[in-house]
Amino acid sequence: MVTSLQRKLLRDLLGMKSQILAIALVLSCGVGALIMAICTAVSLQETMDAYYARQNFADIFAHAKRAPLSLVDRIAEIPGVARVYPRIVAEVKLDIPDLPEPATGRLVSLPEFGEPLLNGLHLRQGRLVEPGRAGEVVLNEAFATAHGLVPGDSLAAVINGRREELRVAGIALSPEFVYQIRPGEIFPDDKRFGVLWMGRSQMEAAFDLEGAWNDVVISLMHGASEERVITSLDTLTAPYGGQGAYPRSQQVSHRYVSDELTQLRAMATIPPAIFLGVAAFLLNVVINRLVRSQRVEIAMLKSFGYDDREVAWHYLGFALVITVLGLLIGVALGALMGRGMTSMYVQFFHFPELHFQLNPWVLGMATLASLGAGIFGTLGAVRKAASLPPAEAMRPEAPATYRATLVERLGLGGLLSPTAVMVLRQIQRQPVKALMSILGVALAIALLILGSFTADIIGDLLDLQFFTAQRQDMMVTFIESPEETAVHELEQLPGVHRVEPWRNVAVRLRHGPRSRRLGLMGLPADRTLLRPMDFDRREISLPPEGLVISQSLAGILDALPGDRVTLEVLEGHRTTLEVSIVGVVEDFSGTSAYMDLAGMNRLLADGALISGAMLTFDAASTGALYAAVKDCPNIAGSTLKLAALHGFEKTMSESLLRMRLFNTLFAGIIAFGVVYNAARISLSERAHELATLRVIGFTRGEVSSILLGEVGLLTLLAIAPGLLIGRGLAAITVVALATETQRFPLVVLPSTYGFAVVVVVAASIISALVVRRRIDHLDLLAVLKSHE
Amino acid sequence: MVTASDPDPAPLFQARDLVKTYGSGVSLVNALRGVDLDIWPGEFVVLLGPSGSGKSTLLNIMGGLDQPTSGSLRYGDQDLTQCSTSELTRYRREHVGFVFQFYNLVPSLTARENVELVTDIAREPLPATESLDRVGLRERMNHFPSQLSGGEQQRVAIARAIAKRPAVLLCDEPTGALDVKTGVLVLEVIARVNRELGTTVAIITHNAAIAGMADRVVMLSDGAIHEVRKNSRRVDPSAISW
Ligand SMILES: Nc1ncnc2c1ncn2[C@@H]1O[C@H](COP(=O)(O)OP(=O)(O)OP(=O)(O)O)[C@@H](O)[C@H]1O
Ligand SMILES: [Mg+2]
Repeated sequence: MVTSLQRKLLRDLLGMKSQILAIALVLSCGVGALIMAICTAVSLQETMDAYYARQNFADIFAHAKRAPLSLVDRIAEIPGVARVYPRIVAEVKLDIPDLPEPATGRLVSLPEFGEPLLNGLHLRQGRLVEPGRAGEVVLNEAFATAHGLVPGDSLAAVINGRREELRVAGIALSPEFVYQIRPGEIFPDDKRFGVLWMGRSQMEAAFDLEGAWNDVVISLMHGASEERVITSLDTLTAPYGGQGAYPRSQQVSHRYVSDELTQLRAMATIPPAIFLGVAAFLLNVVINRLVRSQRVEIAMLKSFGYDDREVAWHYLGFALVITVLGLLIGVALGALMGRGMTSMYVQFFHFPELHFQLNPWVLGMATLASLGAGIFGTLGAVRKAASLPPAEAMRPEAPATYRATLVERLGLGGLLSPTAVMVLRQIQRQPVKALMSILGVALAIALLILGSFTADIIGDLLDLQFFTAQRQDMMVTFIESPEETAVHELEQLPGVHRVEPWRNVAVRLRHGPRSRRLGLMGLPADRTLLRPMDFDRREISLPPEGLVISQSLAGILDALPGDRVTLEVLEGHRTTLEVSIVGVVEDFSGTSAYMDLAGMNRLLADGALISGAMLTFDAASTGALYAAVKDCPNIAGSTLKLAALHGFEKTMSESLLRMRLFNTLFAGIIAFGVVYNAARISLSERAHELATLRVIGFTRGEVSSILLGEVGLLTLLAIAPGLLIGRGLAAITVVALATETQRFPLVVLPSTYGFAVVVVVAASIISALVVRRRIDHLDLLAVLKSHE
Repeated sequence: MVTASDPDPAPLFQARDLVKTYGSGVSLVNALRGVDLDIWPGEFVVLLGPSGSGKSTLLNIMGGLDQPTSGSLRYGDQDLTQCSTSELTRYRREHVGFVFQFYNLVPSLTARENVELVTDIAREPLPATESLDRVGLRERMNHFPSQLSGGEQQRVAIARAIAKRPAVLLCDEPTGALDVKTGVLVLEVIARVNRELGTTVAIITHNAAIAGMADRVVMLSDGAIHEVRKNSRRVDPSAISW
């Protein structure tokens, strides 16, 4: 049965429904953001774990030049190793009918019978390859989709210098290529890079690896030490050109997924905290006002024998209803956004299936968080209501005390219109409330900045990478490292303007007990096309001798400039050398090491070799150049800069737009909630005064301007702090999003600041107009008759 | 039925040397300076006095809304000055009905729901409809306070006060905001409650004319009782004018 007190609660709630909705919406944004980030992270994590387990995703990865199959048994004897699966992996050039430029394919061997022991394929269409059928391959789904290839279709590959026709037997996914990206690149390019699985015996023949392997993946027993297995494995593979093993955490695809998880968790903190904080503040203001305006009703309830607890529950009821409403909207919102986020991931991460799932314990957590905010916001007012002495409340409240404002005391009062004086005095009378309102609006501005500045960063990084650091049109990589003279051959290709070589060598750097496996990059001294930049956008300069490494690599190795580190070359002659660190740079990628190309070749003393080159060419000769590159036997692949950029922008732009839309909506809701509530509360506190003014002949416009002037002033005062807080939050976020391999610059474009201000001012104007309608419809008689 | 004419040795209220001070130092106010007063069950008492004389203070203390600074106040065999907050709440809940000058109805509740606010928590309440019947507002019970005149609102407030069948009805200037005719109507209702339900009534007023209704008139000035007058005959409210 509904008691009268509950009925009062309901009717009072209905009477302030727009305020309640505004607060509930702010709260729901917090709940939504929380649920979106955590549930998406949980879905991603669980999907990943289950997929890895089902497909036996390996723990350790290693590449070698040519190792005998007999080595497998010795690897299996390393303590902690569970399974060893030797494979043949090779990069080939692909010729796809619908693509003028060459694409790169990574061929991975499949056992003749049955499933791979580790990194099993998840077949989507067709079947695995069958023994004896020449040229059959299984294609990675992303690549197949990008070209519309289905089982039965064919494509050509240049395998070890020979052009071969391949037939698609099946289409599959692999845990190894959830994120399919060519090593060394920033964006996935599903059109120009694909993975192909081929029968082992065919690959043995094609790559001269009968009875041998050049790649091995290993799974570990529970509790085994990765580090020790890697050390033993490196010792075993060293004689066979082993390039150094690395753990799953450094496997490219996995690292992208786990970085994303880290960043999702960062998103689960700051934005929800802001929304819940603002909601708590709004609740505080509104319920305080409610209690103040119902002093007499509270006293009456108490005089009739309602006890403090019943009164407290009554007012807590307001908070609970608002909180539950916000929670419900927030869960729906969170599910909606989580679904959006997940569908974005589906474009980048190739899992067999990835569904967004509302998770019961996340719901529980969101409930606790919003109840916490609701109760925290209301507790003060509720306590005031509960402890209100009933006899006291029978007496009319003393008139509000106003003072002359600072402006007036400075003798400048004459400059102000009477309306302005009333506005200023009102704000000064309740400075804390005014400050909190300013903070609320400021947070809305900050939130808008927080939501939009990631686009600025991405834009900035793209600009830096694609136009400042990399100025080539095309990058080519060689299958076998040729002598530096290969540059001249490239210069002869049609339309080529400039060719600059680079060399990348697999090395392990050791400093004391610490070590890290990485690709050491050698760049020519007169480079103009590939010029790595540091965090301050200065070109990283490479002295003729010595290593220049990233700051976080220096941290991993615990090395400082001047220190000597051991450099184990993991390919070619496999020399071990000592080299000095001559520079530590702060850069974006985190774990890079550079050398001057000439200095590197002198140091390694294995001839003047290069791994690839950067090219600029004449757009008019594009077609001829592509054809020529397709025919070059030693070129493994080529990347077209702009094509990669456009591919990325196409996939990202929709997601970025959607995120921006959500953020604008969210921040608009906060701004609206804060401004609307501030205005409504002023209106209810001053209805008497305003009605009196109307009665003595003030126009609606004049009366409105007193109230809305206050709102406008609060909004204006919020702009500067809002921009500052926004920048501060952006700075914190940049740090929170950083992972070992990726740092972000703090970039906030003026247009982002401007956008934030415009949205918040617009939200203020809308709420002012809504309140203005109320002022216009102020029932003068009713207000004056009430004796508040 | 108990009336004042019955000799009854046990007073319902027994106030001894009640003192109430507010504030301290220069802002110290002596609202009550040692009040002794006995009120018997079923009695109709009027508290009369100039503004600031301490009438509301005394009534609030009697109603358990406030505690005196010193002195004692017994209600039956319960010492209200020794009661904890929750005991005072229970006392108000079970024994006292209040009527205020400004009605203090909850604007978001109808007349009936305002009465139910009390019947919800009372032990053996009158049905809300019956209370409203007694004040002659049965037909208006689904109206909101804003749809009622001042006198009607005050009658709703009385219906609310009597719905719990209180032993005491305390009214602080119940006609203060009403015109003569409406005021008389309200006083009639209170007199009838006193007569028919045997409820002890204490009414504060500025208006000496109302005093004629009472069994006894207690006159306060400056925080002390300076005269208690016993009416040999109670005037019917309809005969009152001011
Ligand atoms: N909470 C309080 N704080 C300070 N002084 C108070 C307080 N309550 C009452 N007083 C003072 O105590 C004195 C008695 O007040 P009380 O309200 O009892 O007067 P009253 O007889 O009811 O007057 P009125 O007829 O105007 O209602 C007055 O001087 C009043 O100012
Ligand atoms: Mg009084």
